[in-house]
Amino acid sequence: MRVEDHAILGKMPEPQWVEFEFDGQTLQAIEGEPIAAALLAHGINIFRKTPKTGQPRGIFCAIGRCNDCVMTVNGVPNVRTCVEPVKAGMKVQSQIGNGQFPELAHPGEEAAKQDNQGGCRG
Amino acid sequence: MINTEIAIVGGGPAGLAAAIEAASAGAQVTVIDENSRPGGQLFKQIHKFFGSKAHLAGVRGFEIGNRMLRQIQDLRVNVCLDSVVYALADGNTLAVVKQGQTVEVRAEKMIVATGASENVINFPGWTLPGVIGAGAAQTMINVHRVLPGKRVLMIGSGNVGLIVSYQLMQAGADVVALVEALPKINGYGVHAAKIRRAGVPILVSHTVREVQGKENVAGAVVVRLDERFRHVPGSEQFFAVDTVCMAVGLSPLSELCRLLGCQFTYLPEMGGFVPLHDANMETSVPGLYVAGDLTGVEEASTAMEEGRLAGVSAAVALGYLDSAQAEVRKEEIRIRLENLRSGPFGEGRNTAKQVIIQRYQGICSQAGKEA
Repeated sequence: MRVEDHAILGKMPEPQWVEFEFDGQTLQAIEGEPIAAALLAHGINIFRKTPKTGQPRGIFCAIGRCNDCVMTVNGVPNVRTCVEPVKAGMKVQSQIGNGQFPELAHPGEEAAKQDNQGGCRG
Repeated sequence: MINTEIAIVGGGPAGLAAAIEAASAGAQVTVIDENSRPGGQLFKQIHKFFGSKAHLAGVRGFEIGNRMLRQIQDLRVNVCLDSVVYALADGNTLAVVKQGQTVEVRAEKMIVATGASENVINFPGWTLPGVIGAGAAQTMINVHRVLPGKRVLMIGSGNVGLIVSYQLMQAGADVVALVEALPKINGYGVHAAKIRRAGVPILVSHTVREVQGKENVAGAVVVRLDERFRHVPGSEQFFAVDTVCMAVGLSPLSELCRLLGCQFTYLPEMGGFVPLHDANMETSVPGLYVAGDLTGVEEASTAMEEGRLAGVSAAVALGYLDSAQAEVRKEEIRIRLENLRSGPFGEGRNTAKQVIIQRYQGICSQAGKEA
């Protein structure tokens, strides 16, 4: 829920709406607001599941300190959604466990491949 | 490589005030802040500040923030945003990740004003989505204009708990109660009165026994405490809420000062471990100054005064103010600080700050003896 009118802060400035994707769903957000704020505005407060026991987690500190709100954003895991601004077309996913980089699922193998191709180490 | 005369880490009230003083004196100043906008937590403070006219009493926090940003701009202070200090490259060079790129910032003097972060208390269910810091709720409603929940239980009746409860109500949430483990309300009467006038109970000698819910918060069980803080059996009350806020104190963010080699002392009344400093805010590392909540958790108004003191001191050390002029300026600031630290709520903090300076002098005379 948005705080549209406020006794002290007045009316919300006319927002620049953008669309982003959350777990396959298209949602509206105000451009530049943190991902976490956009999700909370839609009543979504479960952002991830813990690696060992799969417990739900959401925001705690909302200022980028506690890391409780991390999600996978545009394929990159462990992004602090309370400080990461929403951009049009962004893909936000609930993070299950530690998350994974899709392109670098096995960074060790990737490095070995580079070596075999005669990379910087010749 | 960025070369600057004074590097200030942290662009909250203390860091900005330090920057304004030092730049006004003529020094070249660079502020480094990890956030995408400066101001720290000042922009979520929508209540009027206390103190005297010199402390901008009666002006709301975010308005003070806007004034400071205008001054920063007028004084051409270099502000590096999205910039995280992660190491000391050598004695006077900070290693920084600035907008994803590594840069070094070489400075003759440094002022660290990294602030504080919220504490937590643990009970069954404390990790459920919907259990959040009171500061988090304040950020969401006042900065991002989003309500984190509709029905809220607040833990803690210090000023943060009282002010954020009222601000949640201003934003349209239903605050069902505040719980306080101590047998008395812990914040200012003027803030508590607003809560009580709104008909919201403040339950002293009470705490949360558990927060219930499967995937997120469905309710909280509150229990009365006896004089030894033990749960009183049979006193359980259930509150159907979707949000539980914790306002249970803050701890100084002292990691960077540790990294930079400052000596510390432990003062529970100031939030825990704080760096030792002298009456000019200079730490045990020569040329390194500190200010604000990092040096003991207080308020934005005291943080700004400490920032000014550190800013003047660093400028003097660089030769920008003549010492007589500077002493007058510093004395004015110290008097304002003393005023802010008076009365039943301030005296304890005043004493604790004196202890920090005394312990600093203690290590200096110890070092003198050894040398």
